[in-house]
Amino acid sequence: MSFINYASREINCKIVYYGPGLCGKTTNLQFVYQKTAPDAKGKMISLATETERTLFFDFLPLALGEIRGFKTRFHLYTVPGQVFYDASRKLILKGVDGVVFVADSQEVRLDANIESLENLKDNLEEQGYQLEKLPFVIQYNKQDLPNCTPIEELRELLNPDGVTEFTACAQTGEGVFETLKAVAKLILLELKKGGAAG
Amino acid sequence: MLEPQNNSFVMYDEEFQRISVVIEKLLRESNSKVIFLVDKNGQLIANCGETEHLDTTSLASLTAGNIAATGGLAKLIGEKEFSILFHEGEKDNIHISIIAQRVILVVIFDHRSSLGLVRLRVKKASDELAGIFEDLAVKAAEMEKTGNVDSPFAEITDDDIDNLFS
Ligand SMILES: Nc1nc2c(ncn2[C@@H]2O[C@H](COP(=O)(O)OP(=O)(O)O)[C@@H](O)[C@H]2O)c(=O)[nH]1
Ligand SMILES: [Mg+2]
Repeated sequence: MSFINYASREINCKIVYYGPGLCGKTTNLQFVYQKTAPDAKGKMISLATETERTLFFDFLPLALGEIRGFKTRFHLYTVPGQVFYDASRKLILKGVDGVVFVADSQEVRLDANIESLENLKDNLEEQGYQLEKLPFVIQYNKQDLPNCTPIEELRELLNPDGVTEFTACAQTGEGVFETLKAVAKLILLELKKGGAAG
Repeated sequence: MLEPQNNSFVMYDEEFQRISVVIEKLLRESNSKVIFLVDKNGQLIANCGETEHLDTTSLASLTAGNIAATGGLAKLIGEKEFSILFHEGEKDNIHISIIAQRVILVVIFDHRSSLGLVRLRVKKASDELAGIFEDLAVKAAEMEKTGNVDSPFAEITDDDIDNLFS
C-alpha cells in the first residue's frame, strides 16, 4: 500500500525481494546500495545473524527523484529465505506494493525455488492479496554458475504467466538495476491506473 | 485487517497540519525529545523535536518491524496485540504505542521526563490523533466514491518513469 503525502509532496512505495535462502536477495540490495549516489539513499539496515544470514529483513530506502512534483521513494525489503522464518516473511509482506522473486538458477535449488514461490503466494493470499494482481517480476540469479537449469525450464516452472523476467548475476550487478527498474515502473503504472485514495 | 489491494494511504494538508499541532503539543507537555508517527507498514507520517541527528527513515522502518514482531508474539500467546511497548536505555527511552490499530506513535525521552508523564500525555494525544485518522479515512473514502481522486500520477508518462532512473 503506497503512501501518498500531499502535505510533504512525497510518495512512498514498498518493494519486497522474495526467494529461497541464499538465492541472492541481500546481494541485490547491496549492489543497489553501492551504486546509488549518497544523496539518493538512506542507510542500509540488515538484521542478520552472526553468520550474515538475514534474520528478519534487510531494508534500503531509495529516493529516486521527482515525478510531477512528488518526491518518489522506494523502500526495498528482503525476507529471510529459510523455511523456518515464515512468520517473519508474513510480516514483511504487509503493505507491499511490488514483489521481486529472486530465483537461484542452480539445478540443486530448483525445488527450493518452487517451494518459495508457493510460499509467497500462500502468504500473500493470507493477507487478501493475489500475486497475479500485484506488480511482480522474476529474476533468475546466479547465471554465472556452471550448473544452472536452462532458462526455458525455469520459465516453465516459475513463470507460467509470463511476467517480466531477467537473468542476473547479483554478485557483479548484472541485471540488478534492470530488475528494480521494471518493478518500480509496474508500481508507478499501477498508481497511474487509480487507487490513489482509500 | 484486510486492506484491499492496490489502495494507497493518503495524507492531506489539512490533516497533516492538525497532526503536527497535536504532536508538537505532546512534545512540549511530555517534556520529551522526539516524537514521530509511523504507519504500520514502516512509512514515516510526521515527526517533531530534535530530529536533525536521527535517521528517521530507518527508525520508522525498524519501529514498524518491532511492532509487527511483537504483534506476532502477542498472537502466539493469545493476545490481540501489545498496545504499548517501552524500551529503557542508559540515557534515552522509547515509548511506543498504537493508535486506532493502525498508526504507531513513538516518543523518545530522557531524564527530563518520566514514564508516568509520557504515558499520561500520550493517552490524551492518542484520542485526538485517532479522531484525525478517522477523519482522514472518511475523507479518502469520499474522494474515492465521488471519483474525485486527483492523483498526481494520473498523467505520468513512460518518460517520467524512465527519467527517475537516469
Ligand atoms: N556466484 C554467484 N553467487 C552469488 C550471486 N548472488 C549472490 N551470490 C552469493 O550467494 C550467497 C548468498 O547470497 P545472499 O544475498 O546473502 O542470499 P539471500 O539469502 O537471498 O539474502 C552469498 O555468498 C553471495 O555472495 C550470483 O549472482 N552469483
Ligand atoms: Mg539475505
